[in-house]
Amino acid sequence: MPTATAPDVGTGAPVDERSSLRRRFDHAIKPWRRANPMARWLVIAGLLITSGFGFLALFPDVVAPYGESQYQYVVGTTDETGPGGEACGRGAECEQIPRRAEPGAGFPFGTTSARLDVFSRVVHGARVAFSIVLMSTALAMGIGVPLGLYSGYRGGKLDRVLVTLMDAIYVIPGLLLAIIVAFVLKQYFAPGLASAAIAVGVVYVPQYFRVIRNHTLSVKEEPFVEAARSMGAPPRTIIGRYVFFNVVQSVPVIFTLNAADAVLTLAGLGFLGYGVPFPQAEWGLDVSRALSDVVSGFWWTAFWPGLAIMLLVTGLTLVGEGLNDIVNPLLRVKGFKGKVPKRGEPTPEAEAEVERQMSQTAKRENA
Amino acid sequence: MSASTAPAPGPRGSGAAAPVLEVRDLSVAYGTPAGSLHAVDRISFDLYPGESLGVVGESGCGKSSMGRGLLQLMPPGGDIGGSVKLAGEELIGVDAARLRRARGEDLALVFQEPMTRLDPLMRVSEHFVEAIRAHRPDVSKDDAEHMGREALAQMGIPPTRARNYPHEFSGGMRQRIMIALGIVLKPKVIVADEPTTALDVIVEAQILDLLDRLRSDENVGLILITHNLGTVAETCDRVAVMYAGRIVETGSVAQVFDDPKHPYTQGLLRSVISIDTTELSSIEGSPPDLVSPPRGCRFTPRCPERFDACPTVDPVLAETNPGQHAACLLYPGADAGSPRTVVPPERAAAQPHQGETR
Amino acid sequence: MAAPSSGSLRSYILGRLAFAPVFLFLLLTMLFILLRVAPGDPVAAALGDRVSAEQLDIRREAAGLNDPLLVQYGRYLGNVVQGDLGTPITDPRSVTQIVADLFPATFELTMFAMIVAVLVGIIVGALGARHRDGLFDVGGRLFGILIYAAPVFWLGILAQLLFANRWGLFPTGNRVSARITFDDPTGFYLLDGILTGNSQLFWNALEHLVLPGMTLGLVISGVFIRMVRVNMLQTLRSDYVEAAMARGIPERKVVFRHAFRNALVPVVTIMGLQFALLLGGAILTETTFSWPGLGQALVEYINTRDYAAVQGIVTFFAILVVAVSLLIDIINGLVDPRVRY
Repeated sequence: MPTATAPDVGTGAPVDERSSLRRRFDHAIKPWRRANPMARWLVIAGLLITSGFGFLALFPDVVAPYGESQYQYVVGTTDETGPGGEACGRGAECEQIPRRAEPGAGFPFGTTSARLDVFSRVVHGARVAFSIVLMSTALAMGIGVPLGLYSGYRGGKLDRVLVTLMDAIYVIPGLLLAIIVAFVLKQYFAPGLASAAIAVGVVYVPQYFRVIRNHTLSVKEEPFVEAARSMGAPPRTIIGRYVFFNVVQSVPVIFTLNAADAVLTLAGLGFLGYGVPFPQAEWGLDVSRALSDVVSGFWWTAFWPGLAIMLLVTGLTLVGEGLNDIVNPLLRVKGFKGKVPKRGEPTPEAEAEVERQMSQTAKRENA
Repeated sequence: MSASTAPAPGPRGSGAAAPVLEVRDLSVAYGTPAGSLHAVDRISFDLYPGESLGVVGESGCGKSSMGRGLLQLMPPGGDIGGSVKLAGEELIGVDAARLRRARGEDLALVFQEPMTRLDPLMRVSEHFVEAIRAHRPDVSKDDAEHMGREALAQMGIPPTRARNYPHEFSGGMRQRIMIALGIVLKPKVIVADEPTTALDVIVEAQILDLLDRLRSDENVGLILITHNLGTVAETCDRVAVMYAGRIVETGSVAQVFDDPKHPYTQGLLRSVISIDTTELSSIEGSPPDLVSPPRGCRFTPRCPERFDACPTVDPVLAETNPGQHAACLLYPGADAGSPRTVVPPERAAAQPHQGETR
Repeated sequence: MAAPSSGSLRSYILGRLAFAPVFLFLLLTMLFILLRVAPGDPVAAALGDRVSAEQLDIRREAAGLNDPLLVQYGRYLGNVVQGDLGTPITDPRSVTQIVADLFPATFELTMFAMIVAVLVGIIVGALGARHRDGLFDVGGRLFGILIYAAPVFWLGILAQLLFANRWGLFPTGNRVSARITFDDPTGFYLLDGILTGNSQLFWNALEHLVLPGMTLGLVISGVFIRMVRVNMLQTLRSDYVEAAMARGIPERKVVFRHAFRNALVPVVTIMGLQFALLLGGAILTETTFSWPGLGQALVEYINTRDYAAVQGIVTFFAILVVAVSLLIDIINGLVDPRVRY
């Protein structure tokens, strides 16, 4: 045996396709495994809440007993199927939903003064919330991410102008900006899902822009980008291949945190009456319509839609915060205790490890 | 099978004074998701007043953890065991108040990275006032500030700059400030944890010179933790080589550098680039995982001289020359912890040899 | 004694002061484009068919809406510089007058809320970080997340329902009870109460402020709890804290003087950023509590489609936000010696 040939422990087995895939997977979930149990628990709780609302958004009719604007229901049998309501105009025997019924059997969350079932409104509201949040995020990302990439990569004057412009948008209170945009859009279109989504989306463009731009700035200086540049890769390739895939990692965290905020902005917009128009079920709008009920002591019309907002925002925040905790190692919780062996106690040892090393050593020596 | 109660490596001569620091079986463990990480595993040594001990080893071998362990500065989840006696007084297990007084007053720690060790919101003088008055509450603010200026002047910082903020100083100056902060209370032992790694060569020489002067002038015990063997050769009396949380070789600088016994020390010394270097050498592989360290000698997988007993028998420090100890089964007595006697294939070979004898 | 630092502090502040107008100019231009380039006739939108076509034209001419956009833009900026925020279409008062009348109400509300938010945030956040993962920390974090997730108008409604309607602890609606007679030299009722020695006014105004102020403040406190906690966790494990421990500084002092103080530095910055959030929240809170402030007025003018009034009030908000961020920058420079460089 000439000079030191160290046995590289652990690479004895040939690398086959499956184990490489598996290793990749292991690598990907490593931060998750390392994270503190509490951070993991938070993400799981958040995911449960969010997916619960996701289910309501996808299948509101499965859960909701009534339609979002249904104020009467069919008594007895009817040939027509479908979510109640329609048949009544065509002569089916119908009964009106009671006005301001307290929560109880039949109407678990009570009913409003307009004979609407609060529970059904809350369920249908999930769909509005989800679609607007998704649309507005798509808009904010669609503008913010490419602009941030380009601005961060190019630098120079263009970057400075864009940064100042985005800062200018950013300093305007989010809700105020959404109100202004909704106000302006009203001149063009009838209010609806699309205009509400634009109003909410504009608010979050600067946030995506900022994070992506700053991240791009730092990734730009990384050796591998430097290397790609020195080998003559065109900017488009560098941005698209090297920078983008590194920068895009920060998007999920911003997404979940911004989505939570977007739900609140939408609710605020709705509360002031600039969101989607009645009779669409939007939680903020429903709370504002319940404002007068509160004075006369009917708590349930305002309570449930507000609680739904709070729960969904909590769920999204938990996911975002948990992801942040896990992805950002600086804040990773250290909840583990070390232990020094007491006198005479043997140091914990891995027997299998010893065996493997011994056999490997023997193999090498014999070779 | 463990290195416990190894013979404490003695001083260079047969020392006259009593040791200022006696460390026995010091262990440090941290919590990780995979389990306890044994950063320092039962190490023992003595330090005499006016003596400087160099602690060397690769990164991750537990040097810095040992330095922090001496002051019992543990992150949350850290655990510490063994015995640290300062001038005969046991420090492990004392109450928080005594420990706090020992830190700074008896034991000073100089850190590796001087840039971030000063509170950015406090003037340098305020650091001194705070440190002095934490230990001597009856010293007035003005007196404390004056003491600080003197300590700064001793370290070559103009006292006029005492009222500046940390960010107004360069790295070298900040390290001088850190040392000044360390010595202002005249501690018995200074632990310098890679004090010059973050600094450039000229500043490095100045700082090492300062530390050495302190040692000889003030009769302070100095523990210099470094990965730079050259620094140890220049500054230290004795040296302890650490590997995987343990001391594997110790002795006077002359002994260890001229006649290294442990294969790890030999490898370390070979990897140093000097004027005579004709061929670059390094120790292949990396230190073992300290969460579940291998049984037997921890250097086995990387050792060019391993033989059948190495993976199973855990060597203890055995005297190879008067005052020089090595924890390697090549030397008689290193198998003290093992029930059976280990016979290496070829006794006491100081250089790598061919292994077909097996 | 520290001549170089004070010099650089001055240049730092001057730099900020010089940048603010540039930033404001950009902001106002953006608002103008957003609000005025939209098609449609603001006068017709506001007054609709209540007045005749000739009347509309006279109004348009008087408001300068018949001029080219560039002329209108120049006039807008010129007026803003002179402190003229324009003239509403549906209100005889000037926007500047409206702001002077209503801003004190908004200011009292937001300041009260800010104090609540900062106090709650610092106490809960710092204590939580200090005893990380303890019961208080987990509870504090959960409270922070839940309270931030609650829509402020909904919390306001619940607060009114319980504390005002059911238990009658606090009054709601308006800033003082109608029975109170008082002088208001400044328009800030708490201040007026003190200035004129009118304790009845002071306490009554404070009573009215409690519910809206606490509601808004607690919602915003969620952000502060999170930020203070995270900052404190970082400073607690910072190098200088470890170094201070190694010097034998008592732990309590290390925590307070080093970790806590450094953790508060970014909080100043966050306060600036949160001010925007606070203003947005104030619009909702004022509407919920019928608090006669600028936010509620803005909502009303939007409902009546009074472009000119909306533009004026939004312009004022923009100036306010820029001024506050400038103020925060300056405070930051005073608090943190590093910022000046």
